[in-house]
This record gives sequence, C-alpha cells and structure tokens, in this order.
Amino acid sequence: MSQDYRIKEHPILPVNVDDIIVFYWNKQPLRAKRDEMISSALIANGFHVFSRHHRDGSAQGIFCANGQCSKCMVIANGVPVKSCMTPVRENMVVETADGLPELPESFPKITLHDIPEHVCDVLIIGGGPAGLSAALELARFDVSTLIVDDKHVPGGKLVLQTHKFFGSVEDSHAGARGIEIGELLAEQVLSHDCLTVWTDSTVVFVFKDKKVGVLREGRYHLVTPRIVLNAAGAREKFLRFHGNTLPGVYGAGAFQTLVNRDMVRSSNRLFIIGGGNVGLIAGYHALQAGIDVVGLAEALAQCGGYKVHADKLKRLGVPIYTRHTILSANGEERVESVTIAEVNDRFEPVAGSEKTFMCDTLLIAVGLESIDEFTSEAEQAGLPVFSSGDANEIAEASSAMFNGRIAGLRVAAALGKTTDTIPEEWFEKADILKAPPGKTVTQTFSPKRNGVYPVIHCLQEIPCNPCSTVCPTHSIHLEGDPVMGIPEYTGTCTGCGKCVAICPGLAITLVDYRKNQDEPLVTIPYEVSNHRVKKGDIVHCVDIDGNALADVSVVNVRTLKKARMQLIVVQVPAEIAQRVVSFRIQHEDVSKPIDKPVIPAGKNDNLMVCLCERVTAGDIRALVKKGIHDINMIKAVTRAGMGPCGSKNCDNLIRRIFREEGIPIETIVPGTRRPLYVETTLGILGGAEMNNIDNEKETMQ
Amino acid sequence: MNGSYDCIIIGAGSVGVPAAMSMAESGLKVRVIDELYSPGQMNNKKAIGGIRATHSEYGKIQIGLRSIQIFSTWKEMYGDDIGWLSNGYSFPAYNDADEIKLNDLMIIQHKFGLNIRWISAQEYSELVPGINMEGLRGAAYSPEDGSASPLKAISAFYFRSLEMGAEYGFGETVTGFRTQGDRITHVITNKGVWACGHVVNAAGNNAREIGALADIEIPVKPDNHEGAITEPVQRFFGPMVVDMRPADDSLNYYFYQNDEGQVIFCITPDPPIYGVDNDSTSYFFPQVAKRMIQLYPRLAYLKVRRSWRGQYPNTPDGFPVVGRTRDYPNFINLAGMCGQGFMLGPGFGELATRIVSGDMNDNDDQILERFDLYRDFSGMEMFK
Repeated sequence: MSQDYRIKEHPILPVNVDDIIVFYWNKQPLRAKRDEMISSALIANGFHVFSRHHRDGSAQGIFCANGQCSKCMVIANGVPVKSCMTPVRENMVVETADGLPELPESFPKITLHDIPEHVCDVLIIGGGPAGLSAALELARFDVSTLIVDDKHVPGGKLVLQTHKFFGSVEDSHAGARGIEIGELLAEQVLSHDCLTVWTDSTVVFVFKDKKVGVLREGRYHLVTPRIVLNAAGAREKFLRFHGNTLPGVYGAGAFQTLVNRDMVRSSNRLFIIGGGNVGLIAGYHALQAGIDVVGLAEALAQCGGYKVHADKLKRLGVPIYTRHTILSANGEERVESVTIAEVNDRFEPVAGSEKTFMCDTLLIAVGLESIDEFTSEAEQAGLPVFSSGDANEIAEASSAMFNGRIAGLRVAAALGKTTDTIPEEWFEKADILKAPPGKTVTQTFSPKRNGVYPVIHCLQEIPCNPCSTVCPTHSIHLEGDPVMGIPEYTGTCTGCGKCVAICPGLAITLVDYRKNQDEPLVTIPYEVSNHRVKKGDIVHCVDIDGNALADVSVVNVRTLKKARMQLIVVQVPAEIAQRVVSFRIQHEDVSKPIDKPVIPAGKNDNLMVCLCERVTAGDIRALVKKGIHDINMIKAVTRAGMGPCGSKNCDNLIRRIFREEGIPIETIVPGTRRPLYVETTLGILGGAEMNNIDNEKETMQ
Repeated sequence: MNGSYDCIIIGAGSVGVPAAMSMAESGLKVRVIDELYSPGQMNNKKAIGGIRATHSEYGKIQIGLRSIQIFSTWKEMYGDDIGWLSNGYSFPAYNDADEIKLNDLMIIQHKFGLNIRWISAQEYSELVPGINMEGLRGAAYSPEDGSASPLKAISAFYFRSLEMGAEYGFGETVTGFRTQGDRITHVITNKGVWACGHVVNAAGNNAREIGALADIEIPVKPDNHEGAITEPVQRFFGPMVVDMRPADDSLNYYFYQNDEGQVIFCITPDPPIYGVDNDSTSYFFPQVAKRMIQLYPRLAYLKVRRSWRGQYPNTPDGFPVVGRTRDYPNFINLAGMCGQGFMLGPGFGELATRIVSGDMNDNDDQILERFDLYRDFSGMEMFK
C-alpha cells in the first residue's frame, strides 16, 4: 500500500470517520473514501500523474478539479473519464490514460429516456453568496426559482473558506467563517418551498430557444426559465512560464477543493504566485491543512490582497517576495522546484536575481475573470438576464451577498412581483464591501504600561468592522468610515478578549500588565491548532512583519470550541509586549532557496499558451506578426482553444501576446464561444443516465 | 478608384479561397472581398470535413474527383498537413428501399468510373466495429473518398494564395456594381471601388443578395444545420457513416472520425429551418444523440466537446449554380453549393480560373451544363 496523504487533523474542518473501499490503480490496490472523486482518491495515495498528453506524452495531473479541463483524465473500468468528476467505486479498475484513450470495445445496452424538461420563473446559475442571496430575496415574493450549482452543497466558494470573513457584522456576517456563512445561507434557502437547489449540476449552455441545458448527476435536463440570473462566479487566470504544463501546477480554486472539500493533503511543499486575497488565503488554508508554504511571490511592490492576510502568512513563517515573478516550474513528471526572479519597473525578470525553491506544488493565483458567457448566451437568445457576484464584477463575497440581493429584487420587479425600490443603502454597502484596500498607516504604540488593553495591528483601510461592534465598552472605533476606517482603541478595556477572538485578520492582541508590569501577558489569536502549542512550550514570537522578537514561554492555551480557534497566552518582556503579534510555526529551513538556482533553458517562445492542444507562444506570435488579429483564425491554424477547456485558459494568454506585439485591443476579433461549457457524453445528451461507470459496466456483460 | 483586378471574388470561404489560389497561380491578378475578418469564418469552419466524389451526376463527380486529388496530394506538394484522411464514405442500409436506391445509384457511379461497392453487413461491421447489426442489409462503401480539416485546408489555401499574389479585403462589404453595357466594370464596397475584368460570386449564404446587386436572380436559400465534435480517441472506425433513413423530425445524419481522432457529426432537420441563424438550439443534441447511439451504441461513451450551427446554401434542385450569367457574362457564379462547398471548392476554383482566362475545354462545358443558372430547377439531386 502506498502512503496516506489524507488530512487527519484540521483546526476548522471536521475530520470524518471514513467508509473505506478498495480500488485499483494500474493494478495496485488502493484505499479510497466511498464516493470521493477518483482524482482525490489518487492524490490521497500519493499519485499525481493521471495521464500522458496525446501530443507530447508529457505527464498530466489535476488542474481545475472542476470538470472543465479534462487534464485529469483516467481510464475507469475501461472508460475514459474526468477523474475529478467521477466518484470512485468499490473494486473500480482505474488506469493511466496514456495518450489518446481507447473507446471501450464492449458497449452497454443503455436506455435513452426523454430529456426531462422543467419550467421555473427564475433560473439562478451558481449557488454561491450572490446566487443564494438573490434567491432569498425572490423567496420573499414566492417566486419559483431553481438554483443550479456544480458543487456538492450550496454555498459556492464559501464552503471552502475556513477563514473568518470581513465586512460588517450586521450586514454580511463578518467574523463568521466562510463555511459558516455558506451553511447559513444554504439553510435559509432550503427552508423555502419556492426555492429548489440542484447541486452537482452544471449548466452547459443557454440555447437560442430559451432553454437551458443542465447536466445533473449524470443526466441531461432542459430548463425553461422566464429569467436567468447569472451568478456563476469567476474563473482563475493562467500564466505563461516554463513548466506550466507540469502536474502540480494549478489554481487556488482547485487547491481549496482538494484540501478543504476532499480533505486530501495534495502537497507537501507549496509555492504560491500572486499576492491577492485568493493567493494569500490559499497559503493560510495550506498551513491549516499541514502543508508547508515555501513562499509567495507577487509581481507588484505590495500584495494586492488585504495586509492582514499577508501579515498572517508572514508571521507564521511564510516569506512573501514582492516584485518577483515566476520563471519556471522545474521537474520531469511533477513540479520539483520553482524558480522566481525579481522584476524591474517594466516587470521583466532581472538576470542574477533568480532563486529556486524546492516544492511539489505551484499555485497560480494571479486574478479572476467573470464567467460571463451565460449572460451573453441568454442575451443572444432574447431571454431576460441579470448577473451578480463575481459573474458581474470581481469582488469579495460580502459584497456579492449585497449585489445578489439587489439582483434578486430586480428580478422580482422584472417579473412584476414587486414595485419596491431597492434600498439605496444596499448599493452603498455593496460598493463599500467590494472596495479595494485603502491607505495604510504606521503603527503607533501606547506608552501605557499598566492595566489591560488591546493592541490593534490592523493598519490598512479595509471593509471590516467586527471589532468595533463586539467591544462591550464600545472602546474600539473605526476612524473615519464605520466600515472602511482603521480601528483605534480609546477608552476602557475589561480584558474580555472578544475583539481578539472575532478579528478576521487575527490582528488584535491583548496586553495585560495587571499581574506583572515588567513581563506582561500577551493573548494571541491562533487558528492553526494542527501545529500544536501547549502550556510551557517555548515559541518564537514575531512582530507584524514576521521579524523575530524573542523566544518566550506559553503560559496558557484557551480553546474556543465554537469559534474553532485558540487564544495563546505568552509572557514577554514589557519592551516588546505591544509588538508581539504571533509566533512563527514554520521553520526557516522550509523557505530556504537552494544554493544554485535552476535557470530555465529554452526560448520564451517555446512556452505553452494552449495547454490542451500544446500551442506555444511562438506559434501564436508568428501569426500575429503576419497581421492576423482574429482569434478565430489563430484557432483555425494552431488549434489553440479547440481543446476540452474551450479556451478558458488560453484566451487571456493569447490576448497578452497581442499586447506584447503592440496590437490595440479594439482591433482584435474575439474568438466565438460555442456550447458546451463542459464536455458531456453523447449518451447523456441522448437521455441516458451515466453517472455511475460501475453500474454501466454491469449492464455490459 | 482603388485598384484594378483581373478578377474580384466575393466571399473568402470554402469556394472563394481555393478559386483565388488557383487564379493567382495562373497569373491572374485577383482580389477577394469578405465582410468577415478572416478566411472561412462563415460556413467553412462549420463544415464537417467529408470529401467525396461519389455523387449522382457527371459534373459533381468530375469536380469531386479533382478536389480529392488536390486535398489528397496537398501535403506532399506543399508540406502543410490539412488533415487529409482517405477513410472513405459508407451508406449502411437497413431496409429494402435504401438497399435498392444505393445499388441503383452505384450503376450510374460505376459508369463514371467511381470506386464504390456493396459490402455485406459482416464486412461493414469490421469497418465500423460495434455498429447495430439488427436489420443491417449491408452498405455502399467508397474507399477512395475521404475527409480533411476545413480549418486547416482553408488556411493552407489562403496562405498559398497570398504567396501567389492574391489580395484580400476583410471586413469589407460589397454594396453594388458599376456596369457598362453587359459588363460589370467595378465592384463597389464600403471601403472602395475596384475595377475588375471578372466578378466571381462565391458568397455562399449571401449569393442571392450579391446577385440582386446586379439584378441577377440566383435561387440560393440557406437553411440551418447543427454539427458537433467530440473529444479525440484512438481510431475505432473507418469511414464516414451516413444514415439515410428519415426520422420524425430529421432526415439523414452522418459522422466520421477525423485525423485528430475526434468524431464530427451533423444532422439534417426536417422540415428545413430556413434562414441564417448561427445560434445553437436545445433540440439538436437529444435529436442527433438518440439516433447516433441507436445506430452505433459505442458512441454513447464519447464526450462531446463543442457544437455549432451553420447553413447549407441550397438551391431548389440540390445542384450548385456555376458559370457565366447571361446579363453580365463577366459575372460568374460559384454559388449554391448546398452544403458541399468545402468538398467541391478546389475543383470549382480551378474551373473558375479556366472560365476567367478563357481556357475552357469540352469537358468543362459538359460539367457546367447541369449547373447552369437558367436550367429547370424542378428536379432533385438523388444523392444530396
């Protein structure tokens, strides 16, 4: 038996006792959790190479973890399937898909049923924060609404978020964890009879005859709504670099699915590209899953995500390399190391600044783009359509909840169910909550060396206010704006520690001089209890930037069960007490670059742009240089965009080549988008039920 | 005036581009005008890719044979891979009527020297392993027909035509003609006025509208067809499979596995859906999938990747409209290809060159007879 890479302990997520079954991977018996996806079962056993690309034979593994790209293809009981979408079955025979798969020779007598058709007032595509919030508004007017979501439970990306959310307490559940908000919204939605939720369901297209094709648990359905609300969210942008085809290179969304949904330790050592909230949070999730985070690189001079997110990583021991870019993922069969380099003002790598780190996984978190195709398809069909959440504009989930409510009310009005005007404050709140971080201030410390009081390490304007609402003596105020302002403590403190426990950024400590003025107690919020800390331990205290302050001993550990966190109390010398924010959990050695950096060989024009069809930057640049500005022509000549993902990954990279060649964006003819959103078997489209490869196998014999 | 050309071709599609290539090769100064932004953006890229000579009539057979020659030798002559596969066509018969029809047709086809033969159900099941044997009488099989990638082929023809000196005006719409007596002297577009010796109407869907600009009535009426392509898998069957049987809401449908290993398929709706509408419908997939799986159950496991909708620029009798027009003898139609523009384009392109340069032979006259604009359109092509 191979090694077990399951997450056995998690500070936030429950670890369930599993129903274990046996399946076979290239003849080797392996253990799997019943009903988990084949991909996760393989990763849990330490296997990361699932297939070999039919063009160049190179290794492929998990990439989108969402059924969109087909890179994770395996042969299951003789049938080529997407391993991330196919549940593993007892005794299933799973094999590497080596090049083009063979269609099974024996074939079943499958039954073709009529395609079930459904009618509803509103179809909401995507059951995330925007879609669910919209549905709740529609429920107020008893509007028959179908919510279709491709995940196993409603809640969208919220259900993968183990961290506490920002925003305001009264409006967007700030201080609660994403999973809790997701559960809450889902529970509310499921309590309404007029709202129906289809999980594990993917919309494949909005057709011209105003019917919407939905793939639901292995069957094809057609839905006829009066109005479509696109709340399908966003997809991650990809990057061009040496080794971007290697197994172990994927997006933060896929990573969160593997780690926080499937609870597999998909990685031992992770490197992250992109310092937006998505990348920063993924790093934090990795630490909670017991995965070492070797480092994070961000091309700009400052991370685009919240400073508190970046600070959390830094002080736990994860270095952040700003003004750095990815040069290469190195390795033969899988990522073995990553090379980054400093960039100059033109974002070009500076020779001699290369650093190589050993790691097995590289997360690309360099931005999101709206999934807007359902909107344009519905418009094309003449079906009234609204959009909200990331599908409308990339923003935080807290903002999506507001613009979801706004969209819900607009849809209700469009159906003639209400003449209510949308409260002005909803727009204001949606706006405030999506606001990018504002100014950063310098931290000042109080000269006071007695009593007890909070020290606030939150120095950047972000839309967040739980600390100001939780304080029983109302002693924390936000300077300027009631949500965006920077918190300040003035007044009296009872030492209750509520502000410490609620702060989503883990940016408040409590300094208590009452017992010992020279060596006060500092209470530190802690959410990585998988890295165990107990009374008497010596910890390496750090300041806000992760700089070492002192090695001190832990005098108390309080576990807040409901909040799923701990308060760690340390005793430190008075002169550093206010600067102590946390302590390092990850050893410095984890983040050390290797002595001699690996410099990628080969020209930049050999870098892969279309991973599906293996089309390089050079192939595309040559056509652009010939004067071709039509992405359809580039596709016709090179096949870029003709693969299973349908140009979801390469479209941006092709546009980037146009930019590099100085072609104005308005002269580019965009590629035509066609059905299907995800590849679907002909059998399913013909009316067969094909969600269970194993059962079908039985009918074959 | 913006320039002077021996020939202006309207339409940079399956027919216009190989015509431009052929004309440029023979030294004619040629310009192609298309309202879209690249070659093949209307129906070329919607074509399934089948290429056959096994038609029912002399002219199409001749043009088909020449086209096959051009497609099949392209790689060897010019080096580009256009995805040519000599995989043949097959027409399985599941009833008396089809068996008789196919065998009757073969008599004509043999007369014209085509390689097409009747094979038994058993033989057919070796070519298409897993085909539904229930009631299968056998199949007509033409091993020398084939297929190529419409996208790769038109790109290859386009680049070759550029090399030979052809010029293109993309994003350019023809708005009218200038005439003098019985000659078209200029083509007027939104971008300029071009003097021309000849005009070729290779406008596909828009052939009727282009004709109308010169007061020539061309009976081309497009109808909509949807097609789709699957993921690639290892080759598992040989020829194009054409199921001729009509069903409740559709006529024939057909599919083959291309050089990439992908299965491409298409169905003919019944009644036809006239007009030009490129938006996909919800009924296409269930309609075609049911029929394909019933015929070839193995296909159920194949994942469909992408679908699209395009048009057959049809004529009332199912035959193209090709040749000079009476009102303006220098206005030449290469129109009404009835969904076969891709497979017939290269052959017709060369014929157009011979018309323009006055190089016609007796055989060409015989070919053109059936495609005359002034014919009686009341018949119907037997083997559309």
